[in-house]
Amino acid sequence: MDLIFTLTVAVFFTVGFYLMLSRHNIRILIGIAIFGNAVNLTIFTAGRITRLAPPIIPIDADALAAGTANPLPQALILTAIVISFSFFAFLLVLAFRTYQELGTDDTDDMRVAEPKNEGLPPLGY
Amino acid sequence: MQTLIFRTAAPYISSLMVLFSIFVTLRGHNEPGGGFIGGLIAASAAAVYGIAYGVPAVRKALYFHPMAIAGSGLMLSALSGVFSIFHGVPLMTGVWGSFGFLGATVDIATVVTFDLGVYLVVLGSFTSIALALEEREDG
Amino acid sequence: MHQEWVTLTVLFLPFVGALLAPFLTRFLNHQAAWPLAIVPALCFLHFTGFIGTVSSGQTVTGGYPWFESLDVDFSWLIDGLSLTFALLVTGIGTLIVLYAGGYLKGHPHLGRFFSFILLFMGAMQGLVVSDSFLMLFVFWELTSITSFLLIGFDHAREASRRAAIQALMVTGLGGLSLLAGLLLIWNITGANALSTLLEQGSALRDAPLYLAALLLILGGAFTKSAQFPLHFWLPNAMEAPTPVSAYLHSATMVKAGVYLLMRLNPVMGDTVAWETILPLFGGATLLVGALLGIRQTDLKLMLAYTTVASLGLLVMLTGFGSETAIEAAVLYLVAHAMFKGALFMVAGIIDHETGTRDVRKLGGIGKAMPITFAAAVLAACSMGGLPPFAGFLAKEEIYAGLGFANGWTILLTIVAFIGNALMFALGFAVALKPFTGEKVETPKKPHEGPALLWLGPVVLAALGLVFALLSTFSHGIISTPMASAVAGEPVSVSISVIPHIGLPLLLSLLTVALGVIIFIRLTSAREAMASTLQAIGWGPDRGFDQAIRGIIRLSALVTNRFQNGRLEFYLTATLGLLAASILIPMIALGELPVLPDFPDLRFYEWAVFLIAGIGLAAVLWARDRLTAVVSLGIQGFAVAMLFMLFGAPDLSFTQFMVETLSVVILALVLTRLNLQPSDHRPLGQKLLDVTIASFCGAGLGLLLLRVTQVPFNAGLSDFYAQYSRVIAHGRNVVNVIIVDFRGLDTLGEISVVMITGLAILALIRVATPRSTKTAAPAKKSEA
Repeated sequence: MDLIFTLTVAVFFTVGFYLMLSRHNIRILIGIAIFGNAVNLTIFTAGRITRLAPPIIPIDADALAAGTANPLPQALILTAIVISFSFFAFLLVLAFRTYQELGTDDTDDMRVAEPKNEGLPPLGY
Repeated sequence: MQTLIFRTAAPYISSLMVLFSIFVTLRGHNEPGGGFIGGLIAASAAAVYGIAYGVPAVRKALYFHPMAIAGSGLMLSALSGVFSIFHGVPLMTGVWGSFGFLGATVDIATVVTFDLGVYLVVLGSFTSIALALEEREDG
Repeated sequence: MHQEWVTLTVLFLPFVGALLAPFLTRFLNHQAAWPLAIVPALCFLHFTGFIGTVSSGQTVTGGYPWFESLDVDFSWLIDGLSLTFALLVTGIGTLIVLYAGGYLKGHPHLGRFFSFILLFMGAMQGLVVSDSFLMLFVFWELTSITSFLLIGFDHAREASRRAAIQALMVTGLGGLSLLAGLLLIWNITGANALSTLLEQGSALRDAPLYLAALLLILGGAFTKSAQFPLHFWLPNAMEAPTPVSAYLHSATMVKAGVYLLMRLNPVMGDTVAWETILPLFGGATLLVGALLGIRQTDLKLMLAYTTVASLGLLVMLTGFGSETAIEAAVLYLVAHAMFKGALFMVAGIIDHETGTRDVRKLGGIGKAMPITFAAAVLAACSMGGLPPFAGFLAKEEIYAGLGFANGWTILLTIVAFIGNALMFALGFAVALKPFTGEKVETPKKPHEGPALLWLGPVVLAALGLVFALLSTFSHGIISTPMASAVAGEPVSVSISVIPHIGLPLLLSLLTVALGVIIFIRLTSAREAMASTLQAIGWGPDRGFDQAIRGIIRLSALVTNRFQNGRLEFYLTATLGLLAASILIPMIALGELPVLPDFPDLRFYEWAVFLIAGIGLAAVLWARDRLTAVVSLGIQGFAVAMLFMLFGAPDLSFTQFMVETLSVVILALVLTRLNLQPSDHRPLGQKLLDVTIASFCGAGLGLLLLRVTQVPFNAGLSDFYAQYSRVIAHGRNVVNVIIVDFRGLDTLGEISVVMITGLAILALIRVATPRSTKTAAPAKKSEA
């Protein structure tokens, strides 16, 4: 089971990174979304996979029965999903506004902060 | 997306979703669910309603500005956490109490209000985002 | 009796004074010099209290714990050497503060100046009495920094800024070398304070790393004391106001290097390396400084080069190794501080009252400025080594110390002889040329300066006379204890103004004769020197400029290469490094995971993995963006299904909702953008990106697999499982962790969600119109 999960994680990472290496904002954005899923699955797998019951204490018990899923990674992932969604939305709007202002989604054309062929800094004292 | 069927069904779907979201939030402590999921469902309800009837209708239905809802949720959560200090226990410790209501005993806890705060933050923020983006659609 | 807290207070007193200076100056203007001079005067008085103890051969130490875990103290060591320096620093400091009040009268930043000069005084005072290495280093660097501030005081001029940066770089780099040297000594001997180091005798000398430690220490001392070929910063530092030149760059700070060498002489001296390197560099500095000084026409620069030469002489004498040479160094150091300080102040007065410092444009002002003239002549006599002045004692002792024992000492004697003669000529050129001869028209009409100005030079010049006339007394309190501290064993200085017939006297006479000849022929000597320098054309000063330009060009080149503004380059580099840093150690250390058994999955589970794969593939090969977005939704839902199947219903629901909302907002945005539909990478680029992404993915996958193969520590999870219901009254453990056990994290998280919401609103609403420059008011929404 670990094998198929790690394989999935590896594929998710690969696709995410490949998209992030693009020059186009939207592709980078999609890459980040997939990267987020990859990270969540990593945490999930690292907390050990089980096909068993969800981590919910039965109504007549005081503690979780042995063999239920590990609750800790789930709590971490749950918050991670929500956070990454809000960041995803933020990046999306940022990309949108960038396109409106600069008229491009090609990162190579966005050279306001780091202009091309910047000369030497002042040589005086 | 302004088909007749959708426009007719949308109010029912979204009211059901809101109801369901509150249910999911409240039962979250014992069964699958919780403030995050509930908030997301409620935000989706707002989005669905907005797609059917437009952003102004949603804003009217919500009555408060979505970010105001989110802000009050954050305040509620923070106060729930601080509440425990007055009981002489460390910050963010859950405080429990119960009261009788129509013959049944209802447990109330700062954890529940905390989760309600989470619900409101997620609802408010994500509705605000969705509405802001849909609004651009009109303009 | 010695009270530790009083000394501690005295060490911090100048810094308090520096804090008060701007406020006092605001109320009293230049008259603030009087109350502010009390600060160094108090310090001076405190140190005179040690004279009795120290002259009887005792050493005073004291201090407080500083970093107890490192066994580092804030401690001081007061013996003959440090006491003499402390008296010079505080005594001359008092006079300089007064002088600065007169010199910079009416300057808009006078308060700042007082502040800086007191800061420097505090640093220098701390430096010379420091016992612990760390304290020594801190004060050492503090003198560099305050020197930077003072040289750059007139920061509106580029020359001033350049000189300040140059001084800071040279002395600052030297400081780092010193730090390394001190740490090395600490490592070799285990001593982290001078007092403990001095007790160890020759342990350091015999250590195998002695030479390395020596070179590092010399790196600090030679830069600070402007030894050739790092002398160039000192003449440039003359850009500073004259009180600074008189104080820092002749009497005190530049002597810090000499101080360090003298201090370490007992434990590091008396070796072949020490007795070769020091005289070699010292002698070279003496000659170069004196010869370059001849070329100058600016009074301050003439003095600055003789200071370089004097520092060379001091280093040479310190490294010579004989007892008499050390006595000579001590006498010369004290005499130099007095006559050079006085002459600098005289040069400042001339500049202040006539408006020029060019020796060619000055003449016959002696009548108008009799007091200054008198002080100048007294100081020049001491500098020229005429009896009965302190400089005479020093010069006699120098010739007596060097002697004619062999070729090496004869060479050094000749070097000292030439240097002294040149300095004689320069000293009198400064003291006589402006005041005597025909009256020359100057930019301002010369007249005597106020008492604040002439008090300092008169006192210092007179002291040079008193020191020599009362030689028995002054040797008793100053020279003998100091020479003993430098030599590391009791030494007695006994030379007096009554000349002894002998070789030293003959050399003195010859020096004077040669000096007089050079003085008379100064103009032609200057021209000869100028044309020689013209012929050489290059000096370390220009070298510094070239080095700085080179560094700037190099850094610009490197920056433009690696910070080229292309995002994909940054990402490629980052990801390439990520893959390398995961895979290389894993393979090198043999930590690759073992291949587990083929997974035993149910068919619907296979289906979910397959759907995820199809979703990813569809994203990659989508013909247009909308298809890509929908495909993104597919892989997201597949992940949600995985969560559902493997015991995480909460995650599953959340993932479903998030994916839905993501697709909705992505679609909302994308339909409004008119974008190129697909990827436009050339094939080569694609292959490279695929390779890098694959290596990263494989690396992370392998790492994860390896992680799953180490024993699982379930401690934390078990805790939550155990107490979720008992303590927190909740059966859904995931939810209990979120809202109760880790509630503070969640509170932070929802704050972040809230903030991103606000940020998005701000981004959308505040649209800056591209056509007009004026920002339009934010669009009002109907809410």
